[in-house]
Amino acid sequence: MNFENFFWILQILIAIALIGSSIAAIRFKNLIAAVIAMAVFSLALSVEFYVLQAPDVAIAEAGVGAGLTTAMYLLAIKNTTDEEVIE
Amino acid sequence: MTTTIIRTTTKILAPLILVFGSYIILHGHLTPGGGFQGGAVFASGLALLIVANNKEKVKELFDKVPLSQLESLGALGFLGIGALGLMGYTFLKNVIANSDFLFGAPTPKGINPGYLNTGGTLSYLNIFVGTKVLAGLTSIVLIFFLILRRERDEW
Repeated sequence: MNFENFFWILQILIAIALIGSSIAAIRFKNLIAAVIAMAVFSLALSVEFYVLQAPDVAIAEAGVGAGLTTAMYLLAIKNTTDEEVIE
Repeated sequence: MTTTIIRTTTKILAPLILVFGSYIILHGHLTPGGGFQGGAVFASGLALLIVANNKEKVKELFDKVPLSQLESLGALGFLGIGALGLMGYTFLKNVIANSDFLFGAPTPKGINPGYLNTGGTLSYLNIFVGTKVLAGLTSIVLIFFLILRRERDEW
């Protein structure tokens, strides 16, 4: 397998991961599971930045997107009600 | 929240994350990353430490850490290092490079692996930006944690 094929296969896998995790983040009823899906989205996005040769942006995305905002969302969810309210 | 799994994982992972954040800040002029990225990584390590401990311990630990003063020190240090270039040159002029001060060794010509003791002003700017970012992001997570209600402790 040469590098060109590997690059395109990786792109397609990352695109599938991005779309799948974002759909999961929208459709999960458990809010903590939705936040974890958003963290997976950020992680896949940082891998994509790294593949596209922007390691600066990849480090920023992994640190802020997957680390800090997840912690802030989890603390905010713990401070409010846990389940989504269906009227 | 403070289960055995989280406490053990934090005990192993948090020092590694803090060292990696410091590495990204200090090597900002040689490798990818810099002040903001390293500060974000360092702050995520501190957020892990905050989340894994109980409220009283976090409160008595961070009472001694002047986060607000550290953030102001980052901004003022950035401006001060920038104003250092006004001695005969323009704002942010790299006056520390090639001066044999700390981070001021002359850079060798040609291809080299990159030496830490170079860079001049850039290293100081990275350190101050990293201080500001880690203090700001840590204080955000700390405030989110400290205003938690206490009656529902189970996660």
